[in-house]
Order: sequence, then structure tokens, then C-alpha cells
Amino acid sequence: MRRILSVLMENEPGALSRVVGLFSQRGYNIESLNVAPTTDNTLSRLTLTTTGDDLKIEQITKHLNKIVDVVKVVDLTEGAHVERDMLLVKVRAEGAQRDEVKRTTDIFRGQIIDVGPATYIVQLTGPIDKLDSFLSALGEAEILEVVRSGVAGIARGEKVLTI
Amino acid sequence: MEQLSGGDMIVRALEDEGVEYIFGYPGGAALHIYDSIFKANSVPHILVRHEQAATHAADGYARATGKPGVVLVTSGPGATNAITGIATAYMDSIPMVVISGQVQSHLIGEDAFQETDMVGISRPIVKHSFMVQRTEDIPSIIKKAFHIATTGRPGPVVVDVPKDLTHPEHKFDYEYPESVSMRSYQPSTRGHSGQVRKAARLLLNAKRPVIYAGGGVIQGEGSELLTQLARKLNYPVTNTLMGLGAYPATDRQFLGMLGMHGFYEANMAMHHSDVILAVGARFDDRVTNTVSKFCPGAKIIHIDVDPASIAKIVPVDVPIVGPVTTVLKDLDAQIDQQRSSSERTMPDAEAIVDWWRQIDNWRAAHGLWHGRRYGESDFIMPQDAITALYEATNGEAYVTSDVGQHQMFAAQYYKFDYPRRWINSGGLGTMGFGLPAAMGIKLAMPDAEVACVTGEGSIQMNIQELSTCAQYDVPVKIVNLRNNYLGMVKQWQDMQYDSRYSESHYASSLPDFVKLAEAYGHVGMEIKDKADLEPAMREAFAMRDKLVFLDIFVEPHEHVYPMHVAPNGAMKDMWLSKTERT
Ligand SMILES: Cc1cc2nc3c(=O)[nH]c(=O)nc-3n(C[C@H](O)[C@H](O)[C@H](O)COP(=O)(O)OP(=O)(O)OC[C@H]3O[C@@H](n4cnc5c(N)ncnc54)[C@H](O)[C@@H]3O)c2cc1C
Ligand SMILES: Cc1ncc(C[n+]2csc(CCOP(=O)(O)OP(=O)(O)O)c2C)c(N)n1
Ligand SMILES: [Mg+2]
Repeated sequence: MRRILSVLMENEPGALSRVVGLFSQRGYNIESLNVAPTTDNTLSRLTLTTTGDDLKIEQITKHLNKIVDVVKVVDLTEGAHVERDMLLVKVRAEGAQRDEVKRTTDIFRGQIIDVGPATYIVQLTGPIDKLDSFLSALGEAEILEVVRSGVAGIARGEKVLTI
Repeated sequence: MEQLSGGDMIVRALEDEGVEYIFGYPGGAALHIYDSIFKANSVPHILVRHEQAATHAADGYARATGKPGVVLVTSGPGATNAITGIATAYMDSIPMVVISGQVQSHLIGEDAFQETDMVGISRPIVKHSFMVQRTEDIPSIIKKAFHIATTGRPGPVVVDVPKDLTHPEHKFDYEYPESVSMRSYQPSTRGHSGQVRKAARLLLNAKRPVIYAGGGVIQGEGSELLTQLARKLNYPVTNTLMGLGAYPATDRQFLGMLGMHGFYEANMAMHHSDVILAVGARFDDRVTNTVSKFCPGAKIIHIDVDPASIAKIVPVDVPIVGPVTTVLKDLDAQIDQQRSSSERTMPDAEAIVDWWRQIDNWRAAHGLWHGRRYGESDFIMPQDAITALYEATNGEAYVTSDVGQHQMFAAQYYKFDYPRRWINSGGLGTMGFGLPAAMGIKLAMPDAEVACVTGEGSIQMNIQELSTCAQYDVPVKIVNLRNNYLGMVKQWQDMQYDSRYSESHYASSLPDFVKLAEAYGHVGMEIKDKADLEPAMREAFAMRDKLVFLDIFVEPHEHVYPMHVAPNGAMKDMWLSKTERT
């Protein structure tokens, strides 16, 4: 099963490599990884998606908690939550495709954020399956480059992940 | 406030921590620190002959005393040489602080002379590591390093210090913190009371119980509590290789070691048990044999300070996260309470008597200490050599070992009645551990007898430490069970590769160990005759202020038994000799 783990960790040099190292060292896989500072500049927040049965996820969570730089770990998929991934895609936009790409982008409520003589850059935010379907909906259009932020997630309602 | 350079701060902080010995080796990036050591002349430094030996010596010191071992090495090759010893300590959860010199801050990342990314290469084998970035941080980092190394599940911590931050002319305020608190590091100090209650109930309702105790009981100072609990319940106890001494080996309730080379009665009792109380043990693959066949009828209670050890290998019925001491106290109190409560839960006395009868039958059939289980030969038998060592030292010695058959014979035949006396590398299985570890112990406890049981293969991995022993006058006794083979490798080749001895022999090229010992200023003794074994052993230990190298020629073709049947065997499936199996 796919899980989204949110990790609060000390904003220390080497902290990220300890988390990533744990996954390679113990043979766990990381599907996506997203790290950024928080409003508290001593902490950074990391969101990672991984897959595994309950036992494996339990071990991953325990081992993450064991890392001295890690302050807190939450499995967002255990409760109601919101998740977003951001996609930037550069597509060939010439001739008939120029209108077609625009139409598809509108349907998915994406934005064209750069317009070149023969290319568009489209920005789209949403859960990963929405981004996946957008990419397949581009159909005929030639995709030149894709970049995604990796999933960022947050629990719904009153629940907050802070220290 | 006092102003100190970074180098002086390191030495002062070690002094403030109460460090008794630094085990180390100098080099460019550590020279400011070495100069501070010279000037302060406070904490004694032991100059080893190879950085690996510094880590093992610090490790042996830590295992025997319970205090953290301290290592100081230079950058690059000094740091990489320390890696094997750090990994050894990590696998066995031993508290250690390793300070490594690093190239100057502004050179980091430039492939500078003797630069290696020490924090990077040690990352998977440390509990934590620090790269010092400002001299002012040195006192608090060292404080944290000791705190992390010694609390919770102990382990090695690396502190990497760029040379410029130890410069004698750059001085800063020094104050050693009295305490430390880290929001991201708070090991458990108490088990969950509801779980403890459940555990007590399960234990009191057991009909075929076994207590399976490991290295955590020794590291966590839980031996006495465990022994009391086991005696109160009259339940059988088995120890892992790392747990030997956690329960007195000469006690009737002791079943011996369990696992791959464990005692028949211990493995049989585990397999047929209905309740297992696992304390400070981690269900290692050398214990469980095939996991899916592990103790099919048993409910498992698991006490461990590290939540990640629990349910890692086998599912557990009652997990208890906490240190052995507080958890065993709580459990003991719960048991008393439940026994005196209105329901008066009591162990089923009849069932326990039957269980002991069964165990005694196993003991009588194939028990390790029941009569003589191994053959005779013209050579000295390795088992007899260990028994002679046991007798010559009245079972009181600190015994270190290397890795191989000799290690297993020592584990089986030296009956350890006290914790911290049996010092060996279990998790990593590091040949070369024994001699430097013995050195560290003898320095800590000059009045104790310290013996290193080794093989002619292992001893050559850190033989250079005979020189360190000469320099600091460290009169350990080396008991070399010389079988002329990498014996443990040969045993596997006998059993699984039709005795094709691929690269496991070297008889014609072995040194004359007697002369070698003498070359370093020590005493060497060659023992070939059975009749000489006991007198020689006594003579060696009578030379209290001499390092004696006992080169004992033992039967080259002996195997270690019992041995788990693999693959696909359960705990009860064992080879009992070259021809018999369960
Ligand atoms: C050649 C060879 C053969 C071997 N054969 C065998 C064999 O036959 N049988 C055998 O048992 N081993 C054998 N081993 C050793 C084996 O590889 C493991 O090292 C050993 O089984 C682990 O012992 P342990 O379970 O006691 O765990 P340890 O490695 O000692 O781990 C201790 C556990 O206790 C926990 N702990 C630490 N401190 C505390 C505390 N204060 N409170 C609570 N918990 C704590 C830790 O978190 C950890 O889970 C062999 C090794 C070699 C090299
Ligand atoms: C550093 C290291 N290299 C290789 C091994 C694999 N190994 C395990 S036991 C053994 C043989 C040890 O030979 P010896 O020291 O003579 O002991 P014996 O088994 O003969 O008693 C080897 C090579 C190891 N454990 N450690
Ligand atoms: Mg040998």
C-alpha cells in the first residue's frame, strides 16, 4: 500500500542524508521526496511516499524515529489528509497542437506559465493521479520535459504536525 | 570565563566526562589535539599500532566497565582504519565516542590531502555523528556525543573536527554543560504499564515457559533483576552469545546458549515452549534459524529499549519498549501483585514440574555439559583447552575472543557466572577483535585476569598490538587454539562443499608464535601434549605481570556442535556430531 510519511527534522547538515541513507541501507523504496524549510527555521519538513505492507511501514516509521535528527514522524495516510504534487511540463505547441494543449490545460485547471514560439510550459497542481491523467490526456502533443515536486501533504481538520 | 582553544576544549571535555583512557593514533589533522593532550597531561592516551585496534580496545573497555570507550584518530586513513571497529561496536550496541581529525574547513570537498568524508562513510554504522562547524560548539557537541552513545540503545558516535577549529591561537569561552536535553532524542525510560500487566498474566499462565535473554540485559545492567525474576518463577533461562553471563551459567535453571551453536536443551526448550520472555535480545538469524518455523507454539513477550528491535523479525504478542531495569522491576511487582490478588494467579506447578522433567530428559540425552559429548584424539581437544582455562582462572576471568570455532568453544565451555566477563564480537563477527579488546579491559582492570581466546587466523589480524602491550605493560594471556586452519570456514567446507578447502589453510607458513611473542618481549609457550595442558595453563596465569602467548596445538578436524540444520531447519533441527542429527 502507498503511504505518505511526514517528517519533521532538525535543520542540521547531514540530516537529509541520514533519512535517504536509511532507505537505501535497509532496502526500502522512496517513490517521491519533498523537503523544504518550515516557518520555524530550526526545522525542516520532509514528505515522502513509499509502499509496503503494515509491518514494513511500521519498521520504516520506527527507524525514521530512531534517527537522532528526526523530531516527529506521522503517517498521513492513516487519517483524512490532503496531498498535492506540482507538475511543470514543457510541451511542443505548434499548429493544431497549440490550441489543443491549451484546451486540455483549461479542462484540468492548469496554467500556461511560459509561452515560447513553439512551446508552452504548463503548471498543474493536484493529487498525483490527476497529474498522471493530465499527462496522458496530452495525447498527441510532444512532451519535451517533465518535472514534479513530489507529494506534499497535510492532515485535514484540527490535527497539526508541530513540536 | 575560561578561554580555550578547540584542541584544549576537546581534552578538557574528555576530562570533564571522567574519561580514563583515550585509545588513539596521531596524524596531521589531529596534531593540534595531540599537542593539547601533551600539554594538559590529564587523560592518559594509549598509542595503539593500528586504528582498528584503538576502536576494539575502547570497545573492550566499554563492554567490561559499562563506561563509554573513547577513540581519537586522524583524518583519511586514520578514520577509515577505525571503520571496522566502529561497525563492530554498532552491531553489538556498545557505547563509544570516536573523535576524528578532519582537514581544514576551507579545504573540505577539494580532495585535500588525507580528506575522507568521515561523517559520510560512517553514517550507516553510527548511532549519530557530528561535524563540528564552530569551535564554540565543541563542549556541547562532546556532551551530546556522550549522552547519545550511552543512553537508550547504546552505540558509537563520531565527532569529526576540522583542523582549523582546533588551532591553539583561536580561543573561546569554555564551559562544559552539566546536562543535555534534545527534543529529537528521548529514549524510553519506562515500559507501558498495561503491557507489563499483560506480560505478567501471560507468564503466570505459562506451562512451558522460557526466558531468552540477550546482550541488552548485560548492557542495561539488568542481570540481577533477571536472575531474581527467573528464580522466583523457577523458569528456565537461555542466553544469546551476547547475553552469556546475564544469568549465571552454573545455575541449574540455565539451559546454556541458544541458537546456531546453542545447547540442545536450550534450542529444544525454545522450540517447544508456549511462552517466551525475550529480554534485550533481537531475534538474530543465528538464533531463530528459519523464521517461519520459529517456535510455532509460543506467545512472545519482548522487552527492548529500541522499538525498532521489536517485531522486526518475528511477530510479538506483548511488546514492551523500555530499559531492562525499570521494566523488569515493574514486571516483578506485577507478578507479585497478581499472585497475591483475589484471583491468585499462580504458575501451574504441575505443568512446570513436567516441563522441567522434559528439559532434564533433553539434558541427559544430548546436553552439552552432561558427560563428554565430543571425541578423543591424539591432539588436545579445543573444548578441553577451554575447560583448562576455566579451571585455571576459577571461572573468574574476563575472556575475550576472536571469531571462529575457538569463539564458539569458549562460549560453550567457559561457564560465565557474571555479566561483562565474556567479551566478543557477535553481530559483525570481527576477526582481530580479541587482542585489542583484552588490552582495553586489562588497562581498565589491572588486577583482573584477562584472557584472549583466539585462533591462528584471527590473532594475525591485529598481532601488532603485542607491541602496544609491551609499551604499556599489559599482561594479558593469549590462548591460541591452533588448528592450522581457518577452522570455521573449513567446517562449512566440510559440511557443504565436500571438504574442498578453498583458501582456508596456511599451515606451512604460520609463524613461530613463541618466538614472535618473545620478539616483542613477552613469554611464549608451545603446548602439544595433553599432559602439559593444565600445568602450562596454571604456569601462564601464575606469571601475573607477563603477557603469555599460549600456542596450543589442537585437533585440526574438530567441528563445533550442536549446529543448526540449514536451510529450512527449525530451532529444534540440529547436527549433534558429524554423523548424528535430531
Ligand atoms: C561465528 C558466530 C556464530 C554465532 N552463533 C551464535 C549462536 O549460536 N547463538 C547466538 O545467540 N548468537 C550467535 N552469534 C551472534 C549473533 O550473530 C548475534 O550477535 C547475537 O545472537 C545477538 O545477540 P542478542 O540478541 O543478545 O542481541 P544484541 O546484539 O546484544 O542486542 C541487544 C538488544 O538489546 C537491546 N537493548 C540494549 N540495551 C538495552 C536496555 N538497557 N534495555 C532493554 N533493551 C536493551 C538492543 O536494542 C538490542 O535489541 C554468532 C556470531 C558469530 C560471529
Ligand atoms: C575480518 C573477518 N574476515 C573474515 C571472516 C570470516 N571468518 C569467520 S571465522 C573465520 C576463520 C577463523 O579462523 P581462526 O581464527 O583460525 O579460528 P578457528 O575457526 O580456526 O578457531 C573466517 C575467515 C571474519 N569473521 N572476519
Ligand atoms: Mg584456526
